[in-house]
Amino acid sequence: MTVAIDRATGKRRGEPSGRPGPLTRLKNGYQRYWYAYAMIAPVVVVLGVLVVYPLVRGFYLTLTNANSLNSARRIGVNEIEATYEFIGLDNYADILWGPTSYDRFWSHFIWTIVWTALCVTLHYVIGLGLALLLNQKLHGRTLYRLILVLPWAVPTFVTVFGWRFMLADGGIINAGLETLHLPTPLWLEDTFWQRFAAVMVNTWCGVPFMMVSLLGGLQSIDTSLYEAAEMDGASAWQRFRYVTLPGLRTVSSTVVLLGVIWTFNQFAVIFLLFGDTAPEAQILVTWAYYLGFGQQPRDFAQSAAYGILLLAILIVFTSVYRRWLNRDEQQLAI
Amino acid sequence: MSTTSTSTVETTAPAGRRTTADPGPAAPRRQRRRGEVGFAGAFVSHAILTGASLAALFPIAWLVYLSLGPDKDDYLHPERIFGKMTFDNYTFVLQKTSFFDWLISTLVVSLGTTIIGVLIAATTGYAVSRMRFPGYRKFMWVLLVTQMFPVAVLMVPMYEILSELQLIDSYLGLILVYCSTAVPYCAWLLKGYFDTIPFEIDEAGRVDGLTPFGTFARLILPLAKPGLAVAAFYSFITAFGEVAFASTFMLSDTKYTFAVGLQSFVSEHDAQRNLMAATAVLVAIPVSAFFYVVQKNLVAGLTAGGTKG
Repeated sequence: MTVAIDRATGKRRGEPSGRPGPLTRLKNGYQRYWYAYAMIAPVVVVLGVLVVYPLVRGFYLTLTNANSLNSARRIGVNEIEATYEFIGLDNYADILWGPTSYDRFWSHFIWTIVWTALCVTLHYVIGLGLALLLNQKLHGRTLYRLILVLPWAVPTFVTVFGWRFMLADGGIINAGLETLHLPTPLWLEDTFWQRFAAVMVNTWCGVPFMMVSLLGGLQSIDTSLYEAAEMDGASAWQRFRYVTLPGLRTVSSTVVLLGVIWTFNQFAVIFLLFGDTAPEAQILVTWAYYLGFGQQPRDFAQSAAYGILLLAILIVFTSVYRRWLNRDEQQLAI
Repeated sequence: MSTTSTSTVETTAPAGRRTTADPGPAAPRRQRRRGEVGFAGAFVSHAILTGASLAALFPIAWLVYLSLGPDKDDYLHPERIFGKMTFDNYTFVLQKTSFFDWLISTLVVSLGTTIIGVLIAATTGYAVSRMRFPGYRKFMWVLLVTQMFPVAVLMVPMYEILSELQLIDSYLGLILVYCSTAVPYCAWLLKGYFDTIPFEIDEAGRVDGLTPFGTFARLILPLAKPGLAVAAFYSFITAFGEVAFASTFMLSDTKYTFAVGLQSFVSEHDAQRNLMAATAVLVAIPVSAFFYVVQKNLVAGLTAGGTKG
């Protein structure tokens, strides 16, 4: 992204003009930075207070054995002091390789990776397919588009309840399957089908965003490229492969990154679809929530440690992803 | 994906007898105009799009349909609803539940987040769009990383901090929590939008003797209204639909946001699904209508920023 560099010298009215000397330039530079810092100050303050401070505190909590029984709390008018202790990195060790760590962490970790990969792939492929179809001159294109955006327009917490009714035992989906003499899985009880249902619902929710973004990308591809490709005798597949896909690179890399982050952190779908009833279908985010707030006693320290681990995973992924994109750009963009 | 070939197929058959999917090397003869589709291609496209539209529409239509059934078990035998459709659920929800309390809470929290988010983020978006200062890249990186924060990272410490400040179960507490996401997000979004405004406008302003603040306030802000609207809408929607924090931090049922209130139909009222469906429909209609108005700008804003800081 090319961004213009500020070349103005921030002069006031009435100052002598002409080429500024080194001192003036220094002063101007100082002035310019002063403006910039003044302008970003509000966000820096807000982030410091609302993000950095809690983050540091959360990290400290992960080094303790805090839970709802030993944290500071108020019962009626009595203040109870916090009594949790510092235990160092034990929480992390316990999560990653303590007893039953497979059931508590690694199984959810694997499922989270599978879930993210599956959902983002489905989002992207279906979204791209629909975008390509909508990019043709078809009758009723606008209407299709309006309808297909619906899952994005309606708040997730509303649509998930719609899905819950449909997936419930005796709901419309199983009734339909029964009519067709197909097996009727217990969508909301059996682990495999829970996971299947979660991916299905999340795919349904996430496709419109990809579709609309990619459609925007398709419409911004220069048509003369297609004409040139045709002149050179490229087949439809070749045009798709060598004109459409490279033309979508920028949009794709952005929406895929956003999609991965959002899917990895997708809380509402799984939480609302199953509540606390599906320990096996919980991804790391919802599982961390369950540890910290869904059980008694609430295990604050472990929950916070999960949060820090999740953040670490995402930061590593994003860094690698960006590096990979940048490396790619130095080669031929195909 | 096999169907996509129809989208760019140029049939080379003589006019009048069109066949599709003949991706041989196209001889340079009469070019059909881009985007025109042969008959079979159009048929296949319509079939797929109709199927996809039905899939997109059905769960929502189903929710609307169920909301018309008067009994809480009607979702199990939907065919019976048809004969006894009624708006009773709606009148019940509006008159006998906390619907309006939830509406007020949701609006207070969402609008509070929106106003704070956009106000604070506007100058920052402008600064990172127009100026380079020491620490710029680090700052952009921080803005990006804060968008990756999973719910779980801030939830526990936020709960502790808000407990100490006695802000649990208060609107202000929830607004503060939401601002932790909304502010960096708005800054990011607005930066992308400011980038699309030509730099010459700033220069013209400076030549006429405006300070950077003056340029921003008098020239750029008026031009950036659509961008501000998108950022505002996005903050609003995010706060509106947030589930995790709202479920944990709001304890009294008059302060529930809709996202929490809907859940309470399942737990407290022994699964009154009919009322839940009616409430869901009432919530969804205005939000969705609103969404359609700004939808086009929303996408442009989300992807314009790009991933490169």
